[in-house]
Amino acid sequence: MSAGNQTPVGNGLVKWIDSRLPVFSYLQKEYAEFQSPKNFNWFWNFGAILTFMLVLMMITGIFLAMQYQPNTELAFDSVERIMRDVNFGWLLRYMHANGGTFFFIAVYIHMFRGMYYGSYKNPRELLWILGVIILVLMMATAFMGYVLPWGQMSFWGATVITNLFSAIPLVGDSIVTLLWGGFSVDNATLNRFFALHYLLPFLIFGVVILHVISLHVSGSNNPLGVDPKGPQDTVSFHPYYTMKDSAGLAIFVTIFAFFVFFAPNFFGEPENYLAAQPLTTPAHIVPEWYFLPFFAILRSINFDIWFIEAKLGGVIAMFGAILVLFVLPWLDKSPVRSAKFRPVYKWFFWIFLLDCLLLGWVGGRAPDDLVFEGLALKVIHLGYLSTFWYFFHFIILLPLLGVFERPKPVPKSISESVLGGGNAGASATAKPMEKA
Amino acid sequence: MGIVSKLRRTAAVAGFAAVAAMVSTAALAAGDTKHPEERDWHFSGIFGTVDVHSAQRGLQVYLEVCSGCHALKQVAYRNLSALGFTEGEIKAIAADFEVTAGPDSEGEMFQRPAIQSDNFVSPFPNEEAAKAANNGANPPDLSLQVKVHPDGANYIHALLTGYADAPDGVEVPDGASYNPFFRGGFIAMPQPLFEDGVEYSDGTAATVDQMATDVVNFLQWTAEPEMQQRKKMGFKVVIFMIILSALLYAGKRKLWANIDH
Repeated sequence: MSAGNQTPVGNGLVKWIDSRLPVFSYLQKEYAEFQSPKNFNWFWNFGAILTFMLVLMMITGIFLAMQYQPNTELAFDSVERIMRDVNFGWLLRYMHANGGTFFFIAVYIHMFRGMYYGSYKNPRELLWILGVIILVLMMATAFMGYVLPWGQMSFWGATVITNLFSAIPLVGDSIVTLLWGGFSVDNATLNRFFALHYLLPFLIFGVVILHVISLHVSGSNNPLGVDPKGPQDTVSFHPYYTMKDSAGLAIFVTIFAFFVFFAPNFFGEPENYLAAQPLTTPAHIVPEWYFLPFFAILRSINFDIWFIEAKLGGVIAMFGAILVLFVLPWLDKSPVRSAKFRPVYKWFFWIFLLDCLLLGWVGGRAPDDLVFEGLALKVIHLGYLSTFWYFFHFIILLPLLGVFERPKPVPKSISESVLGGGNAGASATAKPMEKA
Repeated sequence: MGIVSKLRRTAAVAGFAAVAAMVSTAALAAGDTKHPEERDWHFSGIFGTVDVHSAQRGLQVYLEVCSGCHALKQVAYRNLSALGFTEGEIKAIAADFEVTAGPDSEGEMFQRPAIQSDNFVSPFPNEEAAKAANNGANPPDLSLQVKVHPDGANYIHALLTGYADAPDGVEVPDGASYNPFFRGGFIAMPQPLFEDGVEYSDGTAATVDQMATDVVNFLQWTAEPEMQQRKKMGFKVVIFMIILSALLYAGKRKLWANIDH
């Protein structure tokens, strides 16, 4: 951060441009000299991975859009045409379809990393909120994108999810009509979903820019959750983190490529290779895997709560499960960021992670299935339990932990922790946050 | 995904082929659907390739047996060159079918023999005609059947070879057949394959098992015509990425060697 404002970079042309539009000195400052804590672990790779995935999705998507037909009569066959007759169309489509999956894998890891290391805490609340906005936009984009191939799950998934909005009192039916562009999921629905599916990634891109700007104001958090105290605690972003991000990205892409080329339909619903049949309901409608935890929460509220009907209750719970993330920075009152120094929170973090996985499992099963043969425990019972725990964790547990948990002593600085010894001068600048 | 949910999805898809009412009563009567047997396919695994000879025989079975009811509309005759058919053979296969073309200069539609660039001609002009001719059931398009069913290849083989007499006490509805691999047990499709139902030109004995295997090899190719190109490219990409990852990782180690972190 100490390094040059308006550092002259490059040759004459670069300087000429830079003195009129300082893009080069901006990149120099924010991506080359930018000082980052030197103790990141590999979980700090996912920002770069997510940026890559977003760009990959946009590029493959634009080429797919050149061949795709957003018309109920043509959509399914046009996707098959892409798979068969368009040069490397199968590669574009499989990268795009599996890209959605890997985008969500990366974003969920990124978020759990933020939760473990308290990356949402002061001064990064807005950074976190922008991230949650990106998540919401991603979910909308993914949902509408899944409708486009117009297979059985596309159609019935769209029908089920859009119908949820009808639970909203007074305006619900109008909202559904607006989403459909008519009185059922039909051609108008497909057309507007295609238009929005094309639009939303650009909005995501915009929010990502805000996310990064905000990150560069506060600087990155780190596994210790202790602010850097000076140059001894940081390295310049380039070459240290450009190199590390490249290595991590290459490993991630290797795994991604394995699925694209050798198991391209592993994450997909087989039934979506059947063209949409508006008169034939599939026996088991399931969303894509990355929505399953939220789907489980939706279905777990299958009882009326006072005057709130079950359907509305489920919808409130499902959206609440996402909305609660917005206020997370104010629910977790603990002054210590990293779970490394929070002996109780650490356990509840892992329990929460398991709870989310359990919700995902529940979302993929029929509610009335038995969990074990011969045991009267149904999937829906686990759904109640895991839904309860999800909200209990955020609304009850986190505020209480902030008050009652006794954190371990936090190192005075990153260098002190890394070197295992004292670091002169660091304690002098320590802020109240680290003393807690 | 657990095996149970996969099975449930299998059942869900299969249900589409049969008359809805038939399935709902059948589910009560026949009990559990049988699991398909796991078979060793030439195309499975990351090294798997198309068994071209078997797929060629499978085309013959499709043309002589299945194509009376089942369409294959995603595949064009020209695509058969990937299975080793010559241009002459492809033209001859296509010429057996008639397509409606036009309008001509008089404004009239006319019939002409299919050509290489046409997609496989469907047996029925529309779904209603297909249902009317098949006791109310719509025979599914076969282009993607291997992908539509979880464990599709094993399922289709099991279904084609799995026709049996109904167990005692199970009454098969009129117009349906008993097949324990089909959801509910009653399928609208009568047993399609019988010993020596086709005469293979390469002298292979046309047992039911052989014909079912050949059809599955053919339908695997119609479902994923890109499979071999995909796997071949996959090896290059994945090996390249592993080497690149290793180099970048080594570079990172070297760069960070003198930083305490």
